[in-house]
Amino acid sequence: MSESILALYVFILACFIGYYVIWGVTPSLHTPLVALTNAISGIVLVGALLVTGNPDAGFFASLMGFLAVLLASINVFGGFLVTHRMLSMFKKKK
Amino acid sequence: MELTLTPNYQALAYLVSAFLFIFALKGLTHPATARRGNLFGMLGMVIAIAATLDGEEVQDYWLIGIAMTIGAVIGIRVARQIQMTAMPQLVAALHSFVGMAAVLVALGTFLNHRAADELDGLLMGELSAGVVIGAITFTGSVIAFAKLQGIMSGAPIKFIGQHALNAAIAVLTILLAFKFGTTGAIWALLLMTLLAFVLGGTLIIPIGGADMPVVISMLNSYSGWAAAATGFTLQNNLLIIVGALVGFSGAILSFIMCRAMNRSIINVVFGGFGTSGDSGGSAGATAAQQGVKSASVEDAVYWMEDAGKVIIVPGYGMAVAQAQHALKEMMEQLNARGVEVKFAIHPVAGRMPGHMNVLLAEADIPYDQVLEMDEVNSEFQSTDVALVVGANDVVNPAAKEDKSSPIYGMPILEAGKARQVYFLKRSMRPGYSGVDNLLFYQENTSLIFGDAKDTIEGIVGALKGTGH
Repeated sequence: MSESILALYVFILACFIGYYVIWGVTPSLHTPLVALTNAISGIVLVGALLVTGNPDAGFFASLMGFLAVLLASINVFGGFLVTHRMLSMFKKKK
Repeated sequence: MELTLTPNYQALAYLVSAFLFIFALKGLTHPATARRGNLFGMLGMVIAIAATLDGEEVQDYWLIGIAMTIGAVIGIRVARQIQMTAMPQLVAALHSFVGMAAVLVALGTFLNHRAADELDGLLMGELSAGVVIGAITFTGSVIAFAKLQGIMSGAPIKFIGQHALNAAIAVLTILLAFKFGTTGAIWALLLMTLLAFVLGGTLIIPIGGADMPVVISMLNSYSGWAAAATGFTLQNNLLIIVGALVGFSGAILSFIMCRAMNRSIINVVFGGFGTSGDSGGSAGATAAQQGVKSASVEDAVYWMEDAGKVIIVPGYGMAVAQAQHALKEMMEQLNARGVEVKFAIHPVAGRMPGHMNVLLAEADIPYDQVLEMDEVNSEFQSTDVALVVGANDVVNPAAKEDKSSPIYGMPILEAGKARQVYFLKRSMRPGYSGVDNLLFYQENTSLIFGDAKDTIEGIVGALKGTGH
């Protein structure tokens, strides 16, 4: 099995997990859900790190990597923090 | 001795991180576990970043350090200062960043692989997918942001041949991707990227501002698929898993939003209802002409202060008027009189999924008093007063009774079954569907004209004045 086929296996199975987990999310938390998925899709940061950290990266590749790291970091930090802020507001009746 | 993670340890670290992300989303099943879920997510991200930085592929840390610091400062500042009503805009902006990052990563990967002479057809195919999805996500989100922020009009932009144009751009993009995949021609890559950026814009402009809950969900989904495509390019399973999770999350939300409007995703994407213009004349006079009763704050107070149960139906108008804090005060006043107060939320109320819930939570209204449509609909019959604050279509009985109505079949909140219905409205302007609301003409319905916040503050004042 080639690596790409293996990747396809992982992808399809992850889709199933996504399907079942997301249906379980309570509608009242749909805005935090969007914010949280926003934060974790900042995982493209990993790709950006690989591009930027490549010791043989030329000027343009480094520049693109740099900008990608910057943008993805805004997502990661901003996304998790704003999700935390929202979730802290959800309180039960005292 | 320097310790560097071997590829196997790195892959295991990624597995732990994927596991934590799944639990993060699982945490959102209930508000009580949600914060813990978010912490799982943060931990997963820290592990993923650390494992990547420590891997042998990453040798150069200077640029990374600077870029991450700048990104962190911006992200933290924005997250701290953003107003809850502006959450849809923030989310749109963040989606655009994911899209752009995916494009940049794909282009950067191409350059690095070309320099190392490691290009092959499969890689370039995967790379094309990353670039195209990322670029569409980017411009689509920028347009959504502009519409939400009011930089652009929220009205749908339509012209003849629009769909043909979009289809032509899409076909051309695919042809270019094929050209690029088979020859590695850089001009094909760049032109394809450019066209995908254009397509992102032309796909979103025909969608009206009030369909934003679907647009936000769709772009959320795209940003996930962009991450997954990047994962395929980089042979990185963590990106593939996260991309699939996020992609499905957005897709399911889009489905839920469409179902709540009884419209197909196709119908929304290809441009839906128009927003009708304001009708002239004073609100009260127009209302009287049409046989609608208008009421004063005192009337509403009279009915509410001795009521057994009051249900409040908030809509986007509540967000615009920033009336949530006044509503909280009103709730407290009524609770002090022994009146039960609940909030009823329609899935598409507001500009993004769950928008109302966050605004009410911000105003310190306990989440167990905020109910979803299915939970609350049976309660309207036993309700004395239904107070509709800046919502319209979501309570329109035409959706159930009038087969010729464009909104026929849309599930609604059955506010009309309450003994008394009060609408807080600015004018007689219909909801975004442009459909007249049958509930206005119902015997037990009255309209209170004015700014929602002022009206509710008026009610609070009157309730305080009439203390028992």
